[in-house]
Amino acid sequence: MVAQNIFFYLFAAAIVFSAFRVVTSNNVVHAALYLVAVLASVAAQYILLAAEFVAATQVLVYIGAIIVLFLFGIMLTRAKLGRDQGLTHKHWATGAATALLLFGVMAYALIDQFHWNQTPLPADTRLIAVNGSNTATVSDSMFSTYLIPFELVSVLLLAALVGAIVLARKD
Amino acid sequence: MDDLLLNQFLLLGAVLFCLGVYGVLARRNAVLVLMSIELILNAVSINLIAFGAFWGTISGAVFALFVIAIAAAEVGVGLAIVLLIYRNRRSVDLDDMAEMKG
Amino acid sequence: MWLLEHAYLIPLIPAASFLLILFVGKRMPYKGAEIGIAALGICFVMALGTNWQWRTYVNDAEHAAEVKAGEDHADEGSAGSGPESEHSEEGLADGEAASAVVVASATAPTATELEFEVEPVRASWTWWQSGDVQFNVGMLLDGPAVMMLFVVTLISLLVHVYSTDYVGGDRRYTHYFAFLSLFSASMLGLIMSENTLQLLMCWELVGLCSFALIGHWWEEKPNSDAALKAFITNRVGDVGLICGVIILFFAAGGTFDIVTINEMAVNGDIDHLVLLVASCSLMAAVMSKSGQFVLHTWLPDAMAGPTPVSALIHAATMVVAGIYMVARLYGVFFEGFSIGTSSINPLAVIGAITVIGGAGLAFVQNDIKKVLAYSTVSQLGYMAMALGVGAWTAALFHLFTHAMFKAGLFLGSGSVAHSVHSFDMKEHMGGMRKFMPKTFVTFMICTAALIGLFPLAGFWSKDEILAGADQLGGSGGYTAFMVVGLIGAFMTAAYMTRCIYLTFFGEPHGHAADKEHPPHESGPRIVIPLYILSGLAIVAGFANLPKTGFLLEKLPSGSTLRFEHYFEPKGAYFPAVLDTFSHPQFNGYIALGSTFIGLAGIGLAYAWYWKGMGPQGLTSRSRLARAGHTALVEKYYLDKLYTDIIVGGVKGPIARAVYWFNQKGIDGVINGAGATAVKSGKFVYERIDQGVVDTIVNASGSAAGGSGQSLRKMQTGRVQQYAALLFAGAAILAGIFMIVI
Repeated sequence: MVAQNIFFYLFAAAIVFSAFRVVTSNNVVHAALYLVAVLASVAAQYILLAAEFVAATQVLVYIGAIIVLFLFGIMLTRAKLGRDQGLTHKHWATGAATALLLFGVMAYALIDQFHWNQTPLPADTRLIAVNGSNTATVSDSMFSTYLIPFELVSVLLLAALVGAIVLARKD
Repeated sequence: MDDLLLNQFLLLGAVLFCLGVYGVLARRNAVLVLMSIELILNAVSINLIAFGAFWGTISGAVFALFVIAIAAAEVGVGLAIVLLIYRNRRSVDLDDMAEMKG
Repeated sequence: MWLLEHAYLIPLIPAASFLLILFVGKRMPYKGAEIGIAALGICFVMALGTNWQWRTYVNDAEHAAEVKAGEDHADEGSAGSGPESEHSEEGLADGEAASAVVVASATAPTATELEFEVEPVRASWTWWQSGDVQFNVGMLLDGPAVMMLFVVTLISLLVHVYSTDYVGGDRRYTHYFAFLSLFSASMLGLIMSENTLQLLMCWELVGLCSFALIGHWWEEKPNSDAALKAFITNRVGDVGLICGVIILFFAAGGTFDIVTINEMAVNGDIDHLVLLVASCSLMAAVMSKSGQFVLHTWLPDAMAGPTPVSALIHAATMVVAGIYMVARLYGVFFEGFSIGTSSINPLAVIGAITVIGGAGLAFVQNDIKKVLAYSTVSQLGYMAMALGVGAWTAALFHLFTHAMFKAGLFLGSGSVAHSVHSFDMKEHMGGMRKFMPKTFVTFMICTAALIGLFPLAGFWSKDEILAGADQLGGSGGYTAFMVVGLIGAFMTAAYMTRCIYLTFFGEPHGHAADKEHPPHESGPRIVIPLYILSGLAIVAGFANLPKTGFLLEKLPSGSTLRFEHYFEPKGAYFPAVLDTFSHPQFNGYIALGSTFIGLAGIGLAYAWYWKGMGPQGLTSRSRLARAGHTALVEKYYLDKLYTDIIVGGVKGPIARAVYWFNQKGIDGVINGAGATAVKSGKFVYERIDQGVVDTIVNASGSAAGGSGQSLRKMQTGRVQQYAALLFAGAAILAGIFMIVI
């Protein structure tokens, strides 16, 4: 498990650094690219957790579509390309304090509940495979147990799609 | 030190979540706020997958998929709204949108 | 003896009729008069019955005493029954009426009358009790009460009948009859009251009725003034009555009972000085109510009331209430003034002054009723004088006869006035005997009785008074008062003749001379009471025929002195038991003398008026005569003294002082209070209200506003800030949740 640990920490560092740059960057496009880095690293974390299908979906959907959306948004809202000084509030300290407070609470809760070194993940981290692969397992679950949420989500997507078109069309 | 600990992932998720919160609270550009929301959603997904792996169930992964789908929908609608705001006000600076002041 | 025991019903019947007339009188066919007449009719019949039963009662007592005396004599043997006081315990002795006359000749050697006791019939109810003192109401029925019952009910009944014609069609006809009933009830109650407190109450009630009836036509101011004068003058005297009642209450050891008070006074249980003070204070009441000098001024003014009222109240009944009160409490007066042993006392003196004063004033009156009013004053003086000299029976007998002929005179004057619509003799009368013969005859008879011509009633009663004045009393007796009485008789004769001349003789003046509507005789309801009264004026004198002097000794002893026999109280509570008390004997010479004096008076007046002889027009020639005449016309300036000097002297300074106090004192206080209120109000408004309270209120308002303003800064309108607050709050809550729980 040492390798997994190393890679975990590697990617964790990447995530943290990139996320930090997302929220503090002066350049909008840079922030978006850093977001790509975050998403990619998160996908790597998913692999570590033996959720391959989710990792693949993450890359495809998030990085492939959502980031593109963001870039289109940046472009369409004529964000200043290049350095932009006015991207952070004057009162960012309030936000920082709040975030820190929140982190403190969460950290305390997690450490208190899960004990730093006493809750290992199972040695065999391959998730229970019905048909031998993650994808199959996911699909089996999704189309049986979680069928209704699946349908609901698809309706939701449809609604979002229609809504976005309605909102954004030029009339 | 050999095992992957659950706590690592959870803490990672907590850090990511708090960074996302900071971004939501501190950024002036509406698009950047949406990006921070993406960070939060990703943190939640890490949590879900981590627990799914811990309990040996596929539900975590399924829900993470749902989160991703919903995030996509939400970003779509959110950006449409931001576009609309930009069209009306020529700016997406959140400080200017203090209509509810008072 | 049912009527004797239940005689207390007699005052209650007119009281009930008063209420009945007030409530339903207006709806009755005769406007309430029939209720009054019926009630008084019943009372009169009951009074007659009571008198009859009283006669039986006295006869029974006498007979029983006789029987006992006979037994005692049989025991003792030969000796006589002793000088006077042989008493026997008597109560209600039933038995057949004994007509035996108790003259000593039959049963004992000494020629003295057998005294027997007649106990008064009593009934008493305790009204309320306060500690040791009992307040009773009740009836004390003895001789004088029974006699007065007859007089009051008779005169009241005749006045009721007379009034139906006289005040017929009046604006307050029903009201008038109601008050007549109330007056009758009060007078009857006064007569029969058994204690001084009840006497006082009824005294006040009759005063009230007098006020109401004098002021019957109160729309004309002189009438209401006269009513007020009567009431207030009576009030002055009532102070004396109240003081007297209180003194006697304490002197008799805490009782109001008349019999007890008299007994104690007669027995000498009460200190003489106390009795003297009580008598003097009661005298004030007599002076005001019975029109004695100096409180008589209300009586002539009281003639402003209707004539039947004057006849009833101010001639026959109410004004004699004072005399009656003295007669009731005679033990007190007899001992207090030492009437039996002295030759002068306040009662007699006041009476004597009244006789002369009243008679003098009667000469200068042009109003026929005023002549009669002063005549009443004068005759009341006779009664008071009689009581003052100790001739008790004479006084009450004169009261009895005076009621008859004076009521007859008043009703006759009313009859005349009714036809000429005026009371002024000089203006509107004259020669009325041609127009009103019946009235003329009755008026003449009553006048003759008043003057005291033999054998009419006044002769007997007045001469008994004169005889008493001559014979009774201590050293020298009250002879001076007899002289006064004779002078009074002379003057009475003179002014009454003047009055008759001006009214019935001579040429008619004014309304009497009206050719289209000549005056005519009055109707039967007026004339018949006149007949009755003049008839009584003729025969009433025989009730007390004396038994000594001239031919009178020939009369059977059962017919003499009936009045005294039946009506004089015979008991331990009447001073007749004392050695100092004696009865006057008829003196033929005095009687003859007074008759001649009366005739002389008539003759002089006849000469003056009919023949025009004498110093006619003296007052226009002689200043002295004119001054005397003016003094009489001004009623001895008494009215001026009372109204202007006494009342004005008291009223003026007091009124000015009160006015000053009102303006400066009371108004000053009030204005000061008002100014203070204004100032303090201003202060409160400016300092406290605006300064403090408003500051507090405004401050709280501005605090709310200010805090709102400051809290408002939280609402920046920026979503991120709201989100920040939200997250922070959630974090804190979660932290608390975790750490605490």
